[in-house]
Amino acid sequence: MSETQKVSASDNKRKNTGGTTILFFLIGVAISLAVGWVIFPKLLYLKKSQPIDFSHAVHNEAVGDCDSCHFFREDGTFSGSPTLAQCIDCHEDVQGDTEAEQIFVEEYIAQNKEVPWLIYSKQPDCVFFSHAAHVKKAEMSCESCHGEIGTSETLPIYEENRITGYSRNIWGKNIAGIKKHTWDRMKMDDCGECHEEETGDKGSCFQCHK
Amino acid sequence: MSKGSKHKVKKFGMVIDLDKCTGCGACMVACMSENNVPFKENESKKLDSITWMRVYKLENGKSFPEADICFLPRPCMHCEGDRGHAPCVSVCPAIATDYDHNTGIVSQIYTRCFGCRYCMAACPYHARYFNWRDPVWPEGMEKFLNPNVSPRMRGVVEKCSFCHHRYQLALDKAYAEGRDKIEEDEYQTACAHACPANAITFGDLNNKKHSVYRLKKNPNTFRLLERLGTNPKVYYHSSREWVRRAGDNYLKHEAAKA
Repeated sequence: MSETQKVSASDNKRKNTGGTTILFFLIGVAISLAVGWVIFPKLLYLKKSQPIDFSHAVHNEAVGDCDSCHFFREDGTFSGSPTLAQCIDCHEDVQGDTEAEQIFVEEYIAQNKEVPWLIYSKQPDCVFFSHAAHVKKAEMSCESCHGEIGTSETLPIYEENRITGYSRNIWGKNIAGIKKHTWDRMKMDDCGECHEEETGDKGSCFQCHK
Repeated sequence: MSKGSKHKVKKFGMVIDLDKCTGCGACMVACMSENNVPFKENESKKLDSITWMRVYKLENGKSFPEADICFLPRPCMHCEGDRGHAPCVSVCPAIATDYDHNTGIVSQIYTRCFGCRYCMAACPYHARYFNWRDPVWPEGMEKFLNPNVSPRMRGVVEKCSFCHHRYQLALDKAYAEGRDKIEEDEYQTACAHACPANAITFGDLNNKKHSVYRLKKNPNTFRLLERLGTNPKVYYHSSREWVRRAGDNYLKHEAAKA
């Protein structure tokens, strides 16, 4: 008799632990998901501010278009972010009344020091990207890849991946990798996708690698 | 050949005149500095040295007065095989190397390679090299690396790329000037540029206007280990029969090609 009692008691115990196991399992899943999708991405990216708060909108009004500052060199290479040489023509002295410009003139122009801009779209070393092939040959507009940056009032926060050192703009803001615009993500598959659509071929490795 | 491409397919290749080569090694030096090829503090241990371009010394094995030597520069042969079926490309499990059907250049993507070295075993020309360690540049030299060639890390295979970055830059210049095509002299490899004897000629083997097209048709032109079916794009030229015979494993009484 005592034998059967023991058995049923342990059965009850087992049932109870089954319930709590599932509960703890679900809590564990919820915590893991929260860590993976919310906390880890926050920890992974180091937020950095640009040295100067730059307004593309103000400059675009004054100079007219992108290639006044982001120009092609004679050998077909792209200049990327402007250097002091391009800024100094207008900014030898303070023109406006913004604090950012004052910092720029006093700390950089006057001391002949280049601004250490953080480049959002800087690709890894092994990537060769030709602006000439896209802008000159395929006649694509700047907006088709960079979005409406030309009308922005301030520069976004630069997020640096602590492990790889790359800009978050390469992986994209969406941690799941969902994108709505071309400029949401700049990974190899995104290049391949567009190349396949436009040229019918993803191209060979060396088309974009070096 | 890519679908929908109307452009004539290019096939970049080289003709090396072994009668002109003096074995000075300028091509090796130019290649190393152009392509950020790492070197060791002590280069006397050649087993793990990296030389994208390597000059070999051939001897005819005879004594004076018939003794003769020949220097043979060996870049990557950029084998076409049978329609792009290069020995190294077909064995790579990571697709870290591919055959570009528009240029005929065999690529090597260092960030994709995981260092199994299967391609090194497959290459009959020993043109591929493994990075046994991370490159260490003498102090200050890292500032003088070529920014157009990505440096390699420990654990990956590397090889000659026919200075593909020079092709990319030449195309950029052409696009900026509103052209689609590049001239023969706009894309030349570093070794071809550096050769003081003009022994290395580089160009598009499909283009009748390029000098390689004419030179490769010379009856004294041969390719290395041609009978393996690797279909290499590097041609050699020599007026000496023993040199031409050295290009393949001929039997003693077998007649050499051509």
